[in-house]
Amino acid sequence: MAAWSIYISFIGALVLAFLPRSRVACARWIALLTAVAGLAFAFTAAFPAGAGNFHELARHDWVPGIGATYLLGVDGISLTLILLTGLAAICGVLFSWNVRERVPEFFALYSALIGSVYGVFLSFDLLLFFVFYELAIVPKYFLIAIYGSTRREYGAMKLALYSFVGSAMVLVGLLAAYALSGGQTFDLLRLAQHPFPREFQMWAFPLVFVGFAILAGLWPFHTWAPTGHVAAPTAASMLLAGVIMKLGAYGCLRVALTLFPRGLEPWGFQVLAFGSWQDVFGFLGAMGIVSGAMVALVQQDFKFVIGYSSVSHMGFVLLGLVSLSTVGLRGAVLQMFSHGVIAGLLFGVVGRMVYDRAHTRDFALLSGLRLGQSLPFAAIIFCLAGFASMGMPGFSGFVAELQVLTGAWHAFPWLVMLSGLGLVIGVAYTLRAMQKAFFSDASGVDAGNGHAVSLDPEPVTWPERIGALILLLASLAVGLYPRILMDWIERGLATPVFDALRLGGLT
Amino acid sequence: MSHAELLGALLPELVLVLAALAVLVVDLTALRELKPTQRFLGGALVSVLGCGVAVVLVGLGNGSVNLLDGVLILDPLTRVIKITILVMGVCTCLLTSGARLPANAGEYFCLLLLALTGLMLLVSSENVLVIFLSLELASVCLYLLAAFDTGNPRSVEAGMKYFLFGATSAAFMLFGFSLLYGLTGHIDLRQIAGALGPGTDPLMLVAVVMVLAGFGFKIAAVPFHLWAPDAYQAAPIPSSALIASGSKVASFYVLARLVFTGLGGTVAAPGTNWLALLAILAVSSMILGNLAALAQSSVRRLLAFSAVAHAGYLLIGVLTPGGEALPALAYYLILYGLTTIGAFGAVALVEGRAGHERLPAFAGLHQTAPMLAVCLLVFLLSLAGIPPLGGFFAKFYLFATALKAAPGNPILLGLVVVAVAASAVSLYYYLQVLKQVYVRPPGRTGEPPLSRMATGAVFVLALLVILLGAFPGALVHVLEAARAASAF
Repeated sequence: MAAWSIYISFIGALVLAFLPRSRVACARWIALLTAVAGLAFAFTAAFPAGAGNFHELARHDWVPGIGATYLLGVDGISLTLILLTGLAAICGVLFSWNVRERVPEFFALYSALIGSVYGVFLSFDLLLFFVFYELAIVPKYFLIAIYGSTRREYGAMKLALYSFVGSAMVLVGLLAAYALSGGQTFDLLRLAQHPFPREFQMWAFPLVFVGFAILAGLWPFHTWAPTGHVAAPTAASMLLAGVIMKLGAYGCLRVALTLFPRGLEPWGFQVLAFGSWQDVFGFLGAMGIVSGAMVALVQQDFKFVIGYSSVSHMGFVLLGLVSLSTVGLRGAVLQMFSHGVIAGLLFGVVGRMVYDRAHTRDFALLSGLRLGQSLPFAAIIFCLAGFASMGMPGFSGFVAELQVLTGAWHAFPWLVMLSGLGLVIGVAYTLRAMQKAFFSDASGVDAGNGHAVSLDPEPVTWPERIGALILLLASLAVGLYPRILMDWIERGLATPVFDALRLGGLT
Repeated sequence: MSHAELLGALLPELVLVLAALAVLVVDLTALRELKPTQRFLGGALVSVLGCGVAVVLVGLGNGSVNLLDGVLILDPLTRVIKITILVMGVCTCLLTSGARLPANAGEYFCLLLLALTGLMLLVSSENVLVIFLSLELASVCLYLLAAFDTGNPRSVEAGMKYFLFGATSAAFMLFGFSLLYGLTGHIDLRQIAGALGPGTDPLMLVAVVMVLAGFGFKIAAVPFHLWAPDAYQAAPIPSSALIASGSKVASFYVLARLVFTGLGGTVAAPGTNWLALLAILAVSSMILGNLAALAQSSVRRLLAFSAVAHAGYLLIGVLTPGGEALPALAYYLILYGLTTIGAFGAVALVEGRAGHERLPAFAGLHQTAPMLAVCLLVFLLSLAGIPPLGGFFAKFYLFATALKAAPGNPILLGLVVVAVAASAVSLYYYLQVLKQVYVRPPGRTGEPPLSRMATGAVFVLALLVILLGAFPGALVHVLEAARAASAF
């Protein structure tokens, strides 16, 4: 049944695409219904006994000539991520209730994007996986280019090209792996069991890993993320940070690590204290954590702060992935969920509650608006989301980041300390943004330009409240009782797909 | 061989020639008094009918036929290619209704059908003399088709340029063929292959290089591509569409035949690896084609440079040893032909409205013609290689078979890497067009309605590109089976 979350999203997209332009309210409800149905179908995978083990959802011949099958399945990791997708999709629709132009098209692109994301998480055939992965590029380009704000065409093109370059790298590795394994199958499980030669894995692993990690915000290839997030309309930046970046991280875990685990082995020589790809990517992950946080500390645009904080938090995912420890991997998957929820919430507050009313995201202008008094709900939600983002115990971020750091301690003690520094800076930039945007005492006139900004008197609407509460509750629930996801994730990591990785020294 | 056998094998071509004559007669008699648009409609109907009968006749044939020592070859793979060429001919006929053309409809369709006849004969021969003659038959017709809009000096210039380059390339090719004949005493590809063997004769290398140069012009590979942008830009658009699709499909197929059955055997000896030359052509086409396309503001020129880049990708199929990649090459050619002709059709419709085909003409197309905008989206993204459209699977299939045929071959791997990287670049310029279509507001409204026939053809083509991309299994099966049953 979970496969229907893909189909229902595409069906919804088709219906919306053919809806007349004037049926605005109708389009919103169809989109909401599609998103809810998608989440409901995703949930069906959570109930059977042994949820989290691998379940096949569909298997049909697709292109028998080259061995491609239409193979969908779900395990604990996919389950966690499709639930995240469903939540983010619903809240994205709720936060886009005020889109006014070309509404049916907006939601059609949105639903198509959601459908392809579900597809990526549920595909267990590499070609199918890749098809869905690339399919996501087009709707996100148009969502940003048509409906975005600051430098939207630039941001959209940059995002599309970065994604496409990343997937080109993946494609090369994937084609080479297919050819080398005899060209019989694209079945992920069978390819993961194929013993590729070590020399091949040594170049295929970094190629495919970086290809995916570009989309996960790997430093220094992360620059698409802040510009893309800032340019995107609220719902799209919620999805970008919440789900799209997870596509990249998921690809690293599901494809790069399982197919080419020996690519992480030591090279046998040292270059600048790096002895293996594991060291290199661990370092880049930690650099992402620290540099993302430091850059976020000095931003003047509210949305850029959240954009760079995403880079910083995704650094934890990448660090966890290459830690090669079960705890680290678990933490990484949990961090994907956690960051998806929290970043979605932060972007929702900044993009919808603040920017759509104040029409500025400049701290210098916002500080004069006393948003803490005029928009108390937004201020409260932002504070809670900010605490979650800082890694306050009780929220999901704490559990996830703690596990990543514990897991990574063995492999990279120094990098863990560096990342700890990143956490401290994380507290600083969150508090700074909170203070400047909501609780400032500055006067209402911008010192530089001398023009005052005014706030739309529109109160926070019900769709916004519901969306914010859903995301906040999700983060709290996982933070207070992580087992609801951890059981699934543990079972997911125990499936045969990860056998080769375990043999390769997963601790 | 009996004459009846020869007649049976040539029946589709005969039908095309008869249709060409019929178009002239009908245009001179029944349609003479009518308006130009009606004359074009009548001519298109007769031509489509002729092509349709030919498609049926080709489709009815089965088994392999080899008449007169390779003068006429018919095998399943060739039949598929012939049907493809005819389908492209049909689409070209339908596109004429959306384009601006001078009044003499009869001549246009007559030339079109004769060009198709030439292309059909071209793909069904292993005899270098027949290959040359049929290539010339097709080319001469195409020169005239390119220059057909005699009222428009740029069209005439395009035809002239195409003619000069084409004639030069034909001279090269003929020179190469004559050297081959001089070396071996044969004009049949298989006999030439047998007589040449793996040799290091410098004269043979000269011959091969000459032949490759000749084909380089036909497929518009760098550095022989210079005619393409001008011809694509200024020729009447159905002519450009046929030059870009049908002519390219046939030329590539014959090039593959030349390499695999004719000259491939000579590569075995070290020092005569002229395939490296083809690899250089491929890499430079991919890189230069894509980079040059970035700078274009005319969408037709953009498509021309993208065609150059695609010629580079396609050459990978020719370079895959042993003809393993033939089904993939055929799949790519079919999809590329359909997509290109569809893209030109969409451009023709926009051009018919706005009067030009530079980027601003496409602004706001999503409002003024939503279906056309979707079709354009499909064609351009398919050319860029975005799944689940046909262009993606074509590339994937071609690259996968190329690597599978020679897993350890660093040259092929390098070519695939360059091709994938180059197609990442290509997304930029295709998105530039789509940005106009979907993001920018329309320039003016209340424009004249689009030709129904051309819109319908474009729509059907878009549907085909989607279906063949999402469900490639059936066509792949047909092509693999055809390849197994064909003597390549």
